[in-house]
Amino acid sequence: MLAAVLAAGDGEGFHAPGIEEFYPGALLFEGTIFEINRIMLVRFVMVALLALFFILALRRAKLVPRGLQNVAEYFLDFVRLHIAEEILGKGAARRFLPILTTFFFMITALNLAGVIPLLNIAGTSLIGTPLVLAIVAWIVFNYAGIKAQGFGPYMKSNLLPSGVPLYMAPIIVPVEFVSTFILRPFALTVRLLANMMAGHLILVLFFSATNFMFVEAGSALLAPVGVLTLGAGFAFTLFEILVAVLQAYIFTLLAAVYIDLASHAEH
Amino acid sequence: MLAAGDNPNPLLPPGYDIFWSAVCFVLVGLLFWKFVLPIFQRVLDERTDKIEGGIARAEKAQQEAKETLEQYQAQLAEARAEAARIRDDARAEGDQIIEEMRARAQEESARIVAQGQAQLDAQRAQIVAELRADLGRMSIDLASRVIGESLEDEARRRGTVDRFLDELDSVSAPASK
Repeated sequence: MLAAVLAAGDGEGFHAPGIEEFYPGALLFEGTIFEINRIMLVRFVMVALLALFFILALRRAKLVPRGLQNVAEYFLDFVRLHIAEEILGKGAARRFLPILTTFFFMITALNLAGVIPLLNIAGTSLIGTPLVLAIVAWIVFNYAGIKAQGFGPYMKSNLLPSGVPLYMAPIIVPVEFVSTFILRPFALTVRLLANMMAGHLILVLFFSATNFMFVEAGSALLAPVGVLTLGAGFAFTLFEILVAVLQAYIFTLLAAVYIDLASHAEH
Repeated sequence: MLAAGDNPNPLLPPGYDIFWSAVCFVLVGLLFWKFVLPIFQRVLDERTDKIEGGIARAEKAQQEAKETLEQYQAQLAEARAEAARIRDDARAEGDQIIEEMRARAQEESARIVAQGQAQLDAQRAQIVAELRADLGRMSIDLASRVIGESLEDEARRRGTVDRFLDELDSVSAPASK
């Protein structure tokens, strides 16, 4: 069977999806900073859907919630209670709730585009969005730290934790600097980006393989394999829904943790 | 589409990617910061207020009910005490009235008895006087008839009669007492 696949691959060619998946052709303003391609459109659609959902849900918010308001409040409460208040405590949670909520819902919405038919690609599977969000998170946690402790004490508590002997400073300071100020935003970016890229590639792989097995290979022998890849594609679609929400949760949770760590001198 | 073999580094963002990501972020941020969260917070606050207000009102109502109950029980106790007092008073008054009536009745009966006694005494005295007069006259009549003549000596006659009557008195008096 493998031989058949390879043979077929030699002929008409089964192309495994690659990095070019994430760089579709420009639709507007090609070559400028305003270039719009399919993935940008997917982002716009998801942002519009997100706004539409919350505007419809909360347009006439009632004391006793009904219908969509219930759903919206359930999600908002999830971020408020299980991320913001759990990590930051009630006081700080209220200050940082807007940014944390924005992180969570923007990432969830753009991630979910990866499993929505016709959109079929996550808005976060291109580095721009994860990077912008990670930079915002970086600015916010440093702002929180400097505001809470002052610039000097904040840098000192991060770079040279209390109890570390001074002669260790040449080693500790660079390590702490890199880990706090460079690796944190980098890890936030790459964790989200890599998850969404990998998810998209796996789905494309399974569904294009299914198409190949059923249609292009032209061999009845390969049809059962097509059923298998179709099933796997479906299973991974479900898995991607989980990953979409999970990655949004992880990103937001880590942002909250960084804000909390920055706000307190000893950690 | 990019030409095959031209592999862009997925970690190096194209300018438009950053630009549109920032635009999307600002839009979503404004959505939550200016619209969603204020409404959500307002609803939550209203709800908290409502619940806390409801609890406070329930506590107040309970307190009032408790006070009313205490007041009512106090009134009830007072009324019971009042009733008992009235009953005691009435009983005491009744006793007094009975006592008074009894005293009055005794007095009355004593008075009636005394009156009867006096009347009896008076009648007896009258009867004795009448009898004495009658007896004297009859005795004198009888004696004059027996003797056949009037006694000349007035003094002797009166002395005889008086003596006779005194003897009669001394015989009848012990019997009457």
